[in-house]
Amino acid sequence: MPTPIHLDYLDRLEAEAIHILREVAGQFERPALLFSGGKDSIALTRLAEKAFRPGKFPFPLVHVDTGHNFEEVIAFRDKLAAQLGEKLIVRKVEDTIRERGLREPGGKYPSRNPLQTYTLLDVIEEFEFDACIGGARRDEEKARAKERIFSVRDEFGQWDPRRQRPELWNIYNGRIQKGENVRVFPISNWTELDVWNYIQRENIELPEIYFSHERECVVLPSGQLLGLSEHLHLDETDEIVSRRVRFRTVGDSTCTAAVESDATTIDDIIQDILVAKVSERGATRLDDNLSETGMEDRKRNGYF
Amino acid sequence: MDLLRFITCGSVDDGKSTLIGRLLYDSDSVSLDVLATLEKKRNATNGDAVDLALLTDGLKAEREQGITIDVAHKYFTTPRRKFIITDAPGHVQYTRNMVTGASNADLAIVLVDARQGVIEQTRRHTLLASLLGIRHFVLAVNKLDLVGYDEQIFNKIVADYQAIADYLKINNVVAIPMSALNGDNVVRPSKHLAWYSGPSLLAHLESVPAAADANPHEPRFQVQYVIRPQTEALPDYRGYAGRIQSGVYRVGDRVRILPSGLETVLKAIEVGQKEVTLAEAPQAVVLHLRDDIDVSRGDSIVPVSGHPSVVRELEATLCWMDERPLRAGRKLLVQHHSAVVKASVTAILQKTNIETYESMGTDEAKLNDIVRVRLKTAIPLVADEYRQNRQTGAFILVDDQTGATLAAGLVTATDPEYFTQEVPVEPAFSI
Repeated sequence: MPTPIHLDYLDRLEAEAIHILREVAGQFERPALLFSGGKDSIALTRLAEKAFRPGKFPFPLVHVDTGHNFEEVIAFRDKLAAQLGEKLIVRKVEDTIRERGLREPGGKYPSRNPLQTYTLLDVIEEFEFDACIGGARRDEEKARAKERIFSVRDEFGQWDPRRQRPELWNIYNGRIQKGENVRVFPISNWTELDVWNYIQRENIELPEIYFSHERECVVLPSGQLLGLSEHLHLDETDEIVSRRVRFRTVGDSTCTAAVESDATTIDDIIQDILVAKVSERGATRLDDNLSETGMEDRKRNGYF
Repeated sequence: MDLLRFITCGSVDDGKSTLIGRLLYDSDSVSLDVLATLEKKRNATNGDAVDLALLTDGLKAEREQGITIDVAHKYFTTPRRKFIITDAPGHVQYTRNMVTGASNADLAIVLVDARQGVIEQTRRHTLLASLLGIRHFVLAVNKLDLVGYDEQIFNKIVADYQAIADYLKINNVVAIPMSALNGDNVVRPSKHLAWYSGPSLLAHLESVPAAADANPHEPRFQVQYVIRPQTEALPDYRGYAGRIQSGVYRVGDRVRILPSGLETVLKAIEVGQKEVTLAEAPQAVVLHLRDDIDVSRGDSIVPVSGHPSVVRELEATLCWMDERPLRAGRKLLVQHHSAVVKASVTAILQKTNIETYESMGTDEAKLNDIVRVRLKTAIPLVADEYRQNRQTGAFILVDDQTGATLAAGLVTATDPEYFTQEVPVEPAFSI
């Protein structure tokens, strides 16, 4: 019997992600969707709409705000939460630094990325979240490639790659003991290009910084460009240039590099990626380049 | 563009990581910064060629020990297809990881070293992939460069492998000679293999029928979540959200709710908030029923004819995945997709030697054992036999205290008439 509908690969990825989101809703008491304002988490909100409308999302959106985020992204976050009519919880890394007496990161490009983990674990404890949905993808990085879709963390949020549960078929086991929680990655099997193709197909709005714009940047020793911001500690040796750039990922402004680009539409961006010769994290994340196992080490310590 | 998920079976010694590295590398799926990391490694070791295996071994411990411990996923796209590679370890102590990888694959690449030919692990991998319901097999005869690209050697291996395939009733094997290290016949044809007229590995992967044709026709749907906004605008909206597990659903279909057995009619189907007249697997949908009847998470909505079995006792094949052995009488949970029920293993009937295929009696299942068991559940399970439906015939066993996943389960019989009689089976292959 021929199949009456032609489902392409995006339809299949979408169906898989919706299925995973509904399993979260069905299996957990207090889930949350970790929302960064980046394209992956924005795509997740569209998937959540497809999974749960006309009902409300069975989880709030939670943003761990490093205080180093791009202004445009924060504004976009608030607008999107309002449009969706869903609850948004924001917790700030600077509050964690104050309350826990943590040390502010130093250096010329101080990244609060490592400190996010504290705020994340605190917000999980505060609301007793038993599952946190995130937009991480396996193609981003080698350690992510080995992570489960339902990834069980101990009470310290730690990931132990040797003790992961086998994940069979599309059966997701979210049963946990008190103190444990589960990180859930519905778009694990998507690549950067898949996400962009989906954003285009679904006509999803994104923060402006994803598109080409003129920006004052610092040229790093590696040749990468870092957008100028008040959080950088620059000196007279630094070279400041004005370039047409866009961001491929949206993280901390202190550790997310810009790429030179004239792409002003999603079509342009997809073309950019098709010819791009550098992987997404490699191009833009300063934190992963520190060591080859940067991500694996951070994940073991409770990072997303 | 469609999607093909495949698993690579073999060990590091067979050049599995190199093969995957080669597929990614020759199909231009490796980015510059990743290549730069590889180059750095090459310079550090004074090697001649880029070590493609470094593209796949992700964890620190894996790189240190030069082995693959866990299932890894790799992605690449050609103009014809998106591919998801599941790379599972080959050693016998990681059988559970191989089973995990095979559970989601449409095709298996079984890698053989041309110098060694078919060995125990070839039989093990083929059995597990076949057990998990994979229908398309590629016999990748690798390292032909080390045997002078000899056609006779290739033909001998193919003939040996055919005996395994015949025994397991696998009728879709394509054998491809190659050298992953040199790139012969992985993506591009090779002048060293002029005697071979078939497709390269990638050409075959691009043309083999994808997921769609593996979709069985019996409609199956399980409720994951009930959408009830209960707002002023939608006081009576009640939608059953879930994924179509197999087959096609049409508005107007007469359906039965299981396990309750109540009958009603499909009033509407929604996909992504749009009403449609029909939907098929694996779409995520919302079903609306004509009658107001009690349906909750874990219930199945299926056609009134040709519906699955509703049973409290069944036989299943398990791949045991826990350090602590299983013994008869153990109480645990069966997670059958969105349904979770208490169950007890009433008998362990036999164990299969995954290298000789011999079945023997046993009273326990150890880590990585493949055993046939009888299960009793506290409330009825709505299931098909795995060989008829890879979705509704699959379940996992879960420890009710720790939550650990203990086993992969495949329903082998739901009708007591077909339950196992204890007859010893001769070994099919001797070691």
